[in-house]
Amino acid sequence: MEQKNSIPFTIVVGLLFIFLLAPVLLVFPMSFSGDSFMSFPPSSWSLRWYEALPQNRVLINALWTSLGLASVVTILSLVIAIPAAYAIARMDFFGREALFALFTAPLLLPSIVLGLAILIVFVGVGLISTFPGLVLAHLVVTLPYALRVLATALSTLPHQVEEAASSLGATPFTVFRRVTLPLMTPGIVAAAALAFLVSFDEVVISLFVVGPRITTLPVELYRYVDTRADPLVAAASVFLILGTVAVVLIVERTMGLNKAVGKS
Amino acid sequence: MNAAQAEPARSPFRLNGRQLVPILILPILLVNAISFLWPTFSLLRMSLNEPVAGGAIRETLTLQTYIDVMTDGFYLELVWNSIYLCSIITIVTLILSYPIALFIHRADPKWRSILTLMVISPLLVSAVVRTYGWVIILGDQGLINAFLMSTGLVERPARLIFNNFGVVVGLIEILMPYMILSLMAGFGRLDPRLEEAAQSLGAKRFTTLRRVTIPLTAPGIALGCLLVFVLSISSFVTPKLLGGGRVFLLATEIYDQSIVLLNWPLAASLSMLVLVIFGAALVVYSRIVKALD
Repeated sequence: MEQKNSIPFTIVVGLLFIFLLAPVLLVFPMSFSGDSFMSFPPSSWSLRWYEALPQNRVLINALWTSLGLASVVTILSLVIAIPAAYAIARMDFFGREALFALFTAPLLLPSIVLGLAILIVFVGVGLISTFPGLVLAHLVVTLPYALRVLATALSTLPHQVEEAASSLGATPFTVFRRVTLPLMTPGIVAAAALAFLVSFDEVVISLFVVGPRITTLPVELYRYVDTRADPLVAAASVFLILGTVAVVLIVERTMGLNKAVGKS
Repeated sequence: MNAAQAEPARSPFRLNGRQLVPILILPILLVNAISFLWPTFSLLRMSLNEPVAGGAIRETLTLQTYIDVMTDGFYLELVWNSIYLCSIITIVTLILSYPIALFIHRADPKWRSILTLMVISPLLVSAVVRTYGWVIILGDQGLINAFLMSTGLVERPARLIFNNFGVVVGLIEILMPYMILSLMAGFGRLDPRLEEAAQSLGAKRFTTLRRVTIPLTAPGIALGCLLVFVLSISSFVTPKLLGGGRVFLLATEIYDQSIVLLNWPLAASLSMLVLVIFGAALVVYSRIVKALD
């Protein structure tokens, strides 16, 4: 009974998928180029750009900064967003919806506007070019995502188990620690992965906050592409893509994403 | 009913919690105040200051930078160019995304999840990497030019980046997943039996698409267009890297004015202008959605 996809239509859609995926896929052959400049297809193949990558101190230092930054931002996002999500999803209080709108509002602002706004304030309080400054700037964008995912996870949990625990004499904190928190593990894993990826990939806001003392990997890659044209960034991109795939696989293993998307 | 029975059991639980609300909310409120509310008000305040030569700023209350933006030919063209390019990007993104969304909607469930994953996966790759991928394709020594030169169609490499064309192509591809996902969300209303009925009554495939499929999926189209327009107006990395400093858009100008030229009041009023364009796009969107209902 379903409308079938005809063969010409399938070919058109196949071409559109090639358009959509080509830029990401071409990074892989480009990274094995033997040329000293960007040229595709490369005139020879080699591993020279993979050898050059660890030699680039700026990129390696930026990588460690970004990994540390994303880890701190992820942990803080969970610590800050879990209580807030609990209050918003589980409690009735005045201004609940207004507060939820306020906490997710940063996602409505373009990063370029948010970045400039943060620059103006952070310059005055000495947070520019500092680690805490970057953490605060990234939290603005990771917290709304974490809050949304966690609030959704909490609101789909059944109340009954928690109510049973509390009517059997458990204090609210014990109920939360022993019942609610374990039940919302999939939501926490998803929120953590999202916060980590958003922080690790964030460029535009970081551009306004980085300085001579501290810089992040996406900012340095952006600057590299802006000023030079060689295949080094392709080699770096391969690692970034593989890293992202690893994070997604971890989430899938913990949550059974495949089951949720494919079979339900 | 069920809810009424649960009420007495729930109330002590809720009462205990309510006193905790301020403590649970306080951390996120603090971060929001320090890195969102305060900066946003400072930005608005900054747009009312006066820039002084040499990057200094005089604190006043004036609309001078707004008047400058509205009367200077360069900025008027900048605003017009941004809206014009982003409208083109939105329309072409819709045209290229609609077949993919329709195909996925009609595919059988096993393929549907694989194809959806293929649509989502580019979203997880950094915009810098995807833009770099476009340099590989469109650059002077890129894939397309290699092909054109080998066929002898052109003698010198065609200029495909560092101009409007490169920026438009790159942004279309980068924003397509958002459009496809919005369209797919709107396709819920599309009952295959209606298309079936139209065809069994003698409508051609194209007529069915124009008179049945597209009108039914209009809410998804409106949402996708709003999203892509707003995201293209505010995107910075792709226009900057594929524009190579030769394509002037609102987002790149905000960056140049604030970081290179240190004219914060002007950068702030251009930011406010972006927010006004956002508001206008939202108004148009809600009018369209209302008209569709």
